[in-house]
Amino acid sequence: MQRPKITFWRAVLVLILLSGAYATIVRFAGGLGASTNLSDAFPWGLWVGFDVMCGVMLAAGGFTLTAAVYILNLREFKPIIRPTVLTAFLGYLLVCVALLFDLGRGYRIWHPLVMWNPRSVMFEVAWCVTLYSTVLSLEFSSVLFERFRFPKLLRLQKMIVIPLVIAGVMLSTLHQSSLGSLYLIVPNKLHALWYTPLLPVLFFLSALCVGLAMTIFESSMSARHFGKQLELPLLRQLGRALLVALGVYTVVRFQDLLHRGAWHLLQWRSPETPLFVLEMLLCSFAPICLLLIPKVRRNADGLYLSSVLCLLGFVTNRLNIAITGMERSAGQQYFPKWTEISITLAIIASGFLVFALAVRYLPIFEKVASHQAVAEPETAAGELPELSHVQS
Amino acid sequence: MSKGILYDATLCIGCKLCEKGCAERNGLPYDDDIAAEQKQSAHKLTVVLTRNDKFMRRLCMNCQDPSCASVCPVGALRKTSEGPVTYDASRCMGCRYCMVACPFSVPKYEWDKPLPLVRKCDMCYDRVARGLQTACAEACPTGATKFGIRDDLVSEAKERIAKSPEAYLNHIFGLNEVGGTSVLLLSSIPFGEFGYGNDLSGEALPLLTYRVLSHIPDLVTIGGVALGGLWWLTNRKDEVARHEAEERRKSPVGANEYAKT
Repeated sequence: MQRPKITFWRAVLVLILLSGAYATIVRFAGGLGASTNLSDAFPWGLWVGFDVMCGVMLAAGGFTLTAAVYILNLREFKPIIRPTVLTAFLGYLLVCVALLFDLGRGYRIWHPLVMWNPRSVMFEVAWCVTLYSTVLSLEFSSVLFERFRFPKLLRLQKMIVIPLVIAGVMLSTLHQSSLGSLYLIVPNKLHALWYTPLLPVLFFLSALCVGLAMTIFESSMSARHFGKQLELPLLRQLGRALLVALGVYTVVRFQDLLHRGAWHLLQWRSPETPLFVLEMLLCSFAPICLLLIPKVRRNADGLYLSSVLCLLGFVTNRLNIAITGMERSAGQQYFPKWTEISITLAIIASGFLVFALAVRYLPIFEKVASHQAVAEPETAAGELPELSHVQS
Repeated sequence: MSKGILYDATLCIGCKLCEKGCAERNGLPYDDDIAAEQKQSAHKLTVVLTRNDKFMRRLCMNCQDPSCASVCPVGALRKTSEGPVTYDASRCMGCRYCMVACPFSVPKYEWDKPLPLVRKCDMCYDRVARGLQTACAEACPTGATKFGIRDDLVSEAKERIAKSPEAYLNHIFGLNEVGGTSVLLLSSIPFGEFGYGNDLSGEALPLLTYRVLSHIPDLVTIGGVALGGLWWLTNRKDEVARHEAEERRKSPVGANEYAKT
């Protein structure tokens, strides 16, 4: 067996995982008090704000792309369905891992499935995330069936793929928006720059934007590391869709601020203002301005830059809602402890690691050139567009 | 009849016997150091706050339509018909949404324990269910904390304000706040001085989320049909093409005709 080479990034990965392992011991031996800067005044921090809220948001590529390929029949995007579904699946798994750290009694994580409270948004999110993770694992199962040669199961999976995708889109719509609804019950705690009855709508729209941006981002990343990517015309198409989605989001956001008369809250000295401005710059103005320039929109690097800005912007948005916007009412500042950051980094790192391993050992990227995969209806005869690519 | 507590700050002498009674009933330690703490915590479920010579209690308000019970994904928190909002520790998984959602930030967490629980005043549910009064009301030597039927306490509070309007703010805190609470407060100085929000709406907060959640069944059925239909529409083209290809294979003549057109 070949010994793995020690590269810079591998060393970083090992360091992150080691410090994460140590932080895990601190977390479970000492409890939340020893391992976090959370307090009675600030009960939700980085793990909820980033790991859960952003984790779910960044996994939105899964439902966006499956809807495009299977429901809207945009088959040209089929070559990236598998990596995108894999990322979404890993994303949700890691969200569950993060929850095990954040919950005071993680071993009771299954309680919402048997102890019901249908009035609770959290209950609905718990159910949606569980069901959607199941859907994603079934969507992804074709890869395993193909790799380990279970043709019967593969055929069975193909038969149910459309209902699966529809269920996946519905479940995603519900819980992506519900993560916003979580905050509807705190009108007196969340700063009015972010608190709006439209929170669920804004969360859903931003999930759509992030789904598109993530697809561009992932394609560029896999181009860099695996030499596989979408062809430029497809990236451009995604870029145009992202521009439209961002446009709609921005208009809704501004209308909402206008109707609620929240503009006067943007005071020069208020600590919320710079973070709000940063968020709007990153998630709206900068990517929209960039994508409006034809030269940028047609260029792979330009699209990459726009998508990265957009992703950073929406991460800022979620952190602003979960942390910045709650600080004033809590009467105190919150900054995560090293253990919180270390565990978050370790969770992200293990995501990258598992993805790299999966790409290596499983048929994630298509073997055929992507332009061949844009099947003519005749060649696809008798075959639904699938999450698998047996014909190669 | 739903029970309640009326706390009249003008009668309070700040002796903190209510704190002590509460600690005893909940099996919590109580000494001079804890008595000096001026905030609620997992080991101090009620606190008598002091501002100059004025006092004010903080305890769980036991809301009529509590946010905590509404947001709890496992139904650990529950509003009882007797008035108290109870907590079933065996259900709690520690998501702390109740702490985020509570408009009074009442639920506290055992941050130092490896397997923590939420702690909050439950208006002595076990005692109330047996027809007794709460431990704090029993301990109060001046009648500042009074236990009784909520409706009666509301009338009494109104009478007290009417009798000596100069001694009280004309405001029964908890009568309408967030849809009403089982605990009612009277004071001579603004409640905001003691951290009670003065921007609370008169509407129960759970309505804010329920209005959205109640649309979910409709959304699911509409969405399911719309997405299924969309799939049928966009994929029909392929089906037609596939059908035609088959036809051609069966009768080459027809296929030639098709090709000409």
